[in-house]
Amino acid sequence: MLAINGLSASYGNVQVLWDVCLRVDEGEFVALVGANGAGKTTLLNAVSGVMKPVSGSITFMGHRVDGSSPNTIVNLGLSHIPESRQVFTDMSVRENLEMGAYPARAWKDRRATMKRVFGLFPRLEERAGQFARNLSGGEQQMLALGRGLMSLPKMCMIDEPSNGLAPRIVSEIFEILTSLHKEGITILLVEQNVRQTLAIADRAYVLENGHNALDGACCDLVESDHVRKAYLGH
Amino acid sequence: MMKAKQMTRDKGITLALLAVAFLILALLPQITSGYILTLLIDILKFAVLTVGWVIFSGPSGYMSLATAAFYGLGFYIAAVFSGSIPFSLLILLAGVSSFVVALGVGALTLRLRGVYFTIFTFALVLLVQNVVLEVERVVTQTRGRFVETVSTEGVYYAIFIVFVLTVVSAVLIRRSRYGLALQSIGEHEEAAAHSGINVVWTKVLTFASSAVFMGMAGAIIATRRTYIDPYIAFNLNTSFLPVLMAMFGGMGNLVGPVLGAALFTYIGEILLTRFPDLYMLLFGVVLILSMLFMPNGILGLAQGIWRKMKGGGRAPA
Repeated sequence: MLAINGLSASYGNVQVLWDVCLRVDEGEFVALVGANGAGKTTLLNAVSGVMKPVSGSITFMGHRVDGSSPNTIVNLGLSHIPESRQVFTDMSVRENLEMGAYPARAWKDRRATMKRVFGLFPRLEERAGQFARNLSGGEQQMLALGRGLMSLPKMCMIDEPSNGLAPRIVSEIFEILTSLHKEGITILLVEQNVRQTLAIADRAYVLENGHNALDGACCDLVESDHVRKAYLGH
Repeated sequence: MMKAKQMTRDKGITLALLAVAFLILALLPQITSGYILTLLIDILKFAVLTVGWVIFSGPSGYMSLATAAFYGLGFYIAAVFSGSIPFSLLILLAGVSSFVVALGVGALTLRLRGVYFTIFTFALVLLVQNVVLEVERVVTQTRGRFVETVSTEGVYYAIFIVFVLTVVSAVLIRRSRYGLALQSIGEHEEAAAHSGINVVWTKVLTFASSAVFMGMAGAIIATRRTYIDPYIAFNLNTSFLPVLMAMFGGMGNLVGPVLGAALFTYIGEILLTRFPDLYMLLFGVVLILSMLFMPNGILGLAQGIWRKMKGGGRAPA
């Protein structure tokens, strides 16, 4: 479904990604883990068209998308739920969700989609008329996820949904991700919370200083010495 | 239920008030003439420029100072074509030209953000002014142009119609999916892109749409003068005043900018006629005081008082 080959990206003179490869097949739940500054967010930004890669290719559902604009990529069915939530704080919860359905393809079904999203996140329905600024951190993360689902994506790239949330809320969010996956949405999850992530994903890639370090099935990675030492603390 | 009833009643009152205001403004030239009509032309002109400015800069947060460029373009279209085509066509031509120029300028500049965009639009006015100056010096070897005048009633009705057009367009844009998209760009441009909004195109198209009304206003007001030159047409005050008027009135909804333009113009007029020597000084003091004590404009102040009176209720928007 998504294939990244030899991707290099830089901010000005500072190169962040070197020759990175990554593949996500339809129906998979893939995780991308690594420390702060490893280049995880940059990778997602390159895929969703927010930044232009220096070299390499990105293919989504058979279309070359490197260099395409973000709205084209969302239209193809790839949704990027950005880091630190980025909800529209001065707009109501309902308006935030409506904006998620902006692509013409999704706009006409927005009411039905919103019902589905409210089914996943009942708390958003309770607060539909409130400004997003008045939501708690966990609720804002739910709103960001809901907004990302409003464009009727085939695949979601989710950047650090656990960021800044209490452990109980993190577990709740992770459960929702699992149920999204069961509904048939392909997921690429970026996380620093390695232990919990490896517990719910099928496969994972480990990114270190902008290079591919390791990849494989999550059950194997949990056993690997390197991952245990560097990310799990034993 | 009660709330819904209250809301439809409030809506009915608002519509009735709007209808009365519309009728009064439409019939005014039959009743009065001279000074009041001239003052109203001035007020409506600034209302068009302010609401036009708010259409783009309000929700997007991109502070444009290009108003004078499009307004001046309208001036020059009027000067070049006056006498050869009807007044209504002249206004239309000015609107279309401003749209096309703004589309080009927008495509080049709306990749800039924040203060860089503002400075560029500021420079644009100077650039256009100097290009026209050079063309007049080298090509036509004239300085300025003559404009055929139109009757005061004619100008009044023209600017009144354009004012109604501007407000209706502003309301329609604001309520559309498109207006919401522009607001989301103003709040978080990157998140807007992730939502599938074509950020650049949305900005450029709205910027160009707002320029239509500025160009039209320019073509109409140009006929109030017999002679124009680049300094008159591309005057930077035309860029700054709508920004101040919008802030003065409050940008929460469209009543604010219209109110701001009306009061600002009227206060300026009174100060100018009563205290011609102290005009600028007093005007400056009024402006500073209003910025300090009414950060959300007159409208914000009125809503605050309303809320206090009703004891925590929400003011009708």
